[in-house]
Amino acid sequence: MPLPYYVSPEQIMKDKAEYARKGIARGRSIIAVEYRDGILLVAENPSTLLHKTSEIYDRIAFAGVGKFNEFENLRIAGVRHADLRGYAYSRGDVTAKALANAYSQALGSIFTQDINPFEVEVLVVEVPDRNGGKNEIYHILYDGTIEDEVHYAAMGGQAEEIRQVLTENFQEGMTLAQALQLGVRALTVTQNKALNPSDLEVAVLDQTRERRKFRRIGAEELKQLLER
Amino acid sequence: MHESWRSGFANYLTTSFVDLLRAESPHLLPTFVTEGEAEVPPIAIPHGTTILALKCRDGVVMAGDRQATEGFQIAHRRIEKVYKADETSAIAIAGAAGPSIDMVRLFQTELEHYEKVEGENLSLEGKANKLAQMIRMNLPAAMQGLVVIPIFAGYDDKTGQGRIFMYDVTGGRYEDLDHYATGSGGKDARNSLKRLYRKDLDRQEAVRVALEALTDAAEEDVGTAGPDFVKGIFPSVKVITRTEFEEVPEDEVRRISEAIFAQRREEAAS
Repeated sequence: MPLPYYVSPEQIMKDKAEYARKGIARGRSIIAVEYRDGILLVAENPSTLLHKTSEIYDRIAFAGVGKFNEFENLRIAGVRHADLRGYAYSRGDVTAKALANAYSQALGSIFTQDINPFEVEVLVVEVPDRNGGKNEIYHILYDGTIEDEVHYAAMGGQAEEIRQVLTENFQEGMTLAQALQLGVRALTVTQNKALNPSDLEVAVLDQTRERRKFRRIGAEELKQLLER
Repeated sequence: MHESWRSGFANYLTTSFVDLLRAESPHLLPTFVTEGEAEVPPIAIPHGTTILALKCRDGVVMAGDRQATEGFQIAHRRIEKVYKADETSAIAIAGAAGPSIDMVRLFQTELEHYEKVEGENLSLEGKANKLAQMIRMNLPAAMQGLVVIPIFAGYDDKTGQGRIFMYDVTGGRYEDLDHYATGSGGKDARNSLKRLYRKDLDRQEAVRVALEALTDAAEEDVGTAGPDFVKGIFPSVKVITRTEFEEVPEDEVRRISEAIFAQRREEAAS
């Protein structure tokens, strides 16, 4: 009987991480940027039907990059988590932090226990209620690593370069149009062509709205905002 | 942790929140079944009284008085019986107040859950059917006296007009073409709706008709409260059209109620 090859645990983890990172790097990027009235999500996504950003709960939104079926799975899990919690307790008790932790646990255990890790990264963002407080941006990686980011976040293919642009140009209190233009500029930095509005998926958590803060920005409004 | 996450999270069979709740946390389902013989609960529980809906030119108007009655006592004076279900529909409840409010909360969550998971809204017909299933779920409790009878109404994008659905305790779903009222003062409200309703009422007129009907119900039915000018309690009225879900502001309801009372005083004096 031939002996099974010995592979060290470090090597296994390294291989898995490499596998996940490659998968994610192939995908297009998403950014989240704070603006005056909330948080803006901009994704490069030519499809108008298959979304990368989504509403989770009143003040919480989700964005995912990588393999669609995997982050879609996570998105629905998030909606379920939030709705169950909000029904069992109250709407105010649903928090991005709890959800981000659940994602982190789930991705972490999949990464260590399954042969193939999920090739995804997700963002969970939350705007505060009217009583004040700060925006929250959680970035969860394929292995369950969780980071809370301040003011902006980027993930996907060329996240490093994009983050660089955001770091250099981010200002507090930007209008929606300014934030959007910065976001689009950041997404274009890794490409040699300009992005068409039809290639973008844009959504906001808008604090000025009533209960449900999430809103998608349609093609017409997007065009106007980009021209401003 | 991992296995339970997968079973709850990776299952695509349903977009229904009720099904999810049944699978994940059945203890949270609003059921009141007790073992043994069906019997009327020995304790008095608050009951919501009169609710109504009528169509108007651009959509539908829904209204309800604000009183909950517990036997011969008033349990609450400011209870809310007409709730926003989502952007284009509303649900009004009559019957045992506790289970009714639970049902509304579950129904609201169900609609929002579907919308978020699927990325689009259920049709008005789909919502009405979903509510019928929930009432059927409540049947064992209804047999024990905890009856919940809602009216569901909203604007239907597919037909381009308002629609009104009414239910019986078994979850039977019926559609009414023009107007409907139920609850302890429902019969009286229905009578005055029949008298005052015409096709193509505009928003203003329809709100007035709704308030007239509630005032009539309050005159005839001990469980129903009319507008209370002393305490400043007025019926809640919602108007749903294609573009808007409007809660009619309290001072407008007050103004119309005053006009109705002034007219009745005049008629009584002459």
